[in-house]
Amino acid sequence: MHYEAPIREPLIKGDKSYHDITVEVARPIETKAPRSWWLVFSLSLIAFLWGVGCILYTIGVGIGTWGLNKTVGWAWDITNFVWWVGIGHAGTLISAILLLFRQKWRMSINRSAEAMTIFSVIQAALFPGIHMGRIWMAYFVFPIPNQFGSLWVNFNSPLLWDVFAISTYFSVSLVFWYVGLIPDFAMIRDRAVKPIQKHIYKILSFGWGGKAKHWQRFEEVSLVLAGLATPLVLSVHTIVSMDFATSVIPGWHTTIFPPYFVAGAIFSGFAMVQTLLIIVRKLFRMEHYITIQHIEMMNIIIMLTGSIVGVAYITELFIAWYSGVEYEQYAFLNRATGPYWWAYWSMMTCNVFSPQFMWFKKLRTSLMFTFIISIVVNIGMWFERFVIIVTSLHRDYLPSSWSMFSPTFVDIGIFIGTIGFFFVLFLLYARSFPVIAQAELKTILKSSGENYKKLHE
Amino acid sequence: MSSTTDHKVIINALYDDDDVLLKGVKDVRAKGYHVEEVYSPFPVHGLDHAMGLAPTRIGTAAFFYGLLGLSTAIAITYWMMIVDWPMNIGGKPSFTWGYNMPAFVPIMFELTVFFAAHLMVWTFFFRNGIYPGRKRLNPDPRTTDDKFLMEVELTGDREELMTLLKETGAIEISEKTDQNA
Repeated sequence: MHYEAPIREPLIKGDKSYHDITVEVARPIETKAPRSWWLVFSLSLIAFLWGVGCILYTIGVGIGTWGLNKTVGWAWDITNFVWWVGIGHAGTLISAILLLFRQKWRMSINRSAEAMTIFSVIQAALFPGIHMGRIWMAYFVFPIPNQFGSLWVNFNSPLLWDVFAISTYFSVSLVFWYVGLIPDFAMIRDRAVKPIQKHIYKILSFGWGGKAKHWQRFEEVSLVLAGLATPLVLSVHTIVSMDFATSVIPGWHTTIFPPYFVAGAIFSGFAMVQTLLIIVRKLFRMEHYITIQHIEMMNIIIMLTGSIVGVAYITELFIAWYSGVEYEQYAFLNRATGPYWWAYWSMMTCNVFSPQFMWFKKLRTSLMFTFIISIVVNIGMWFERFVIIVTSLHRDYLPSSWSMFSPTFVDIGIFIGTIGFFFVLFLLYARSFPVIAQAELKTILKSSGENYKKLHE
Repeated sequence: MSSTTDHKVIINALYDDDDVLLKGVKDVRAKGYHVEEVYSPFPVHGLDHAMGLAPTRIGTAAFFYGLLGLSTAIAITYWMMIVDWPMNIGGKPSFTWGYNMPAFVPIMFELTVFFAAHLMVWTFFFRNGIYPGRKRLNPDPRTTDDKFLMEVELTGDREELMTLLKETGAIEISEKTDQNA
């Protein structure tokens, strides 16, 4: 009953028992942090605090502290927002879509990928908040009666759809993640010896005991949540892209945006998962669970989605030419050859060219190469959003108002601050949460564990 | 929640393998005993069937929660955009909900998912009786690691049940007391 074809590589390496999985997943929580953890944590914390300072400065003085001008009214803030939301797509994709497709390799990576999702959506949500200028008015985005009478929100607006999409995505991803965490917290609780630790995990584990009926409901809840999260994850970046696509700016007003943005989001999300997991597997010695095969699978997804993004770029160019609209044609010509040509070609190189190396098995199974490409891809995806936003805006219909955008130290500081904040959250998570969904992983040990597979032969 | 009452004696049988446990559950039930509960570190495939548990209805509940979310979205968009304060936005029709509906599809979708997911998870917590700070439900802490615990109600001869449990491959057999309840 635990049979799996021998042609499939084992997903759990080494001679493991259920108890070994318990011990190895609990180890990072029960032992002292390595020195490298403290080093990265300190750096991230400094970056985070610098970002907090820049955000407070923005709130105190206003968004005049940013490099925006009359022509370029959206720049780094929205670029960063879309970039972070995009990164936040891989986690739920891995845990929901791969669950529906019964891809068992998701089990040792979904926990961290979902954590990454939640932490990056937090970063993303910061930007529309502070871009409002008057953040204390942020509740105006919710459909609640306000002090001017019942002037409601505008349900026709994609910006409002975004509010609903991001809030739903964040909160549903959070409960999806948490429901999966409960049995693992229970495992940590039952092993904990220090009273404070035991108490914390007692609270976090909700008293989980693994009763048969509870597991039955757990599996049903996971399946239904996956079914709900699958269209949800696709809807979020679709709606983000509608912020642009429903406007009448040349370069934005295109129907290809929703699928193109979703592919780009999965692309950058998987790249960030690679960056983080290559570090996690090394730092916490998870090589037996996050194997080269896992890295390779994700590289194949990066290659596929990167190619989809490439096709989308070329389609955009073709449609701009084919439309016969001269503003549209100019917008794209200006992207590739105008003053922001370097951003455009960085995007093309990083997103379309670099993932093509993954056709070679030697390269896609190399950790160092994967790590480099994963960072290159995320740089490229940041440039993609910058290109879409800034180069479409900076030369509008009236040449006398053409301008350029240059970021101030506040723009840069807030961006660096969110990277710091993201890593602060992720590093804290990696030390206090079970980084692998061990309960779920134990269910495949007998079918996909290396030692058990040998027994079948 | 202690299930031990004056007239009911529960025997705990501990296993160290999911396949042995599953066979044990089947054997014990085949002999006419009632399996009270099984605690396991992970979901054992086929265990609910072997124990004779009814299928869970939580998925059906989620469907109705989703319908509730969809109705909520229709109600608020209708009330806010059509009845209470219709606004002319880009010349889009604002006098009937039907003509304006395409613009509300994202909201309808998101609220359906929001209600279905959250209310289902709340139901999951409520029906399981789990909440932050709840005393652990598993009597033996090893059952979240690599051990499996079966609770069998004692009916008939004690020795007979003990022998049966031993035959099924249980590694530890004990009577459930208040300490390990």
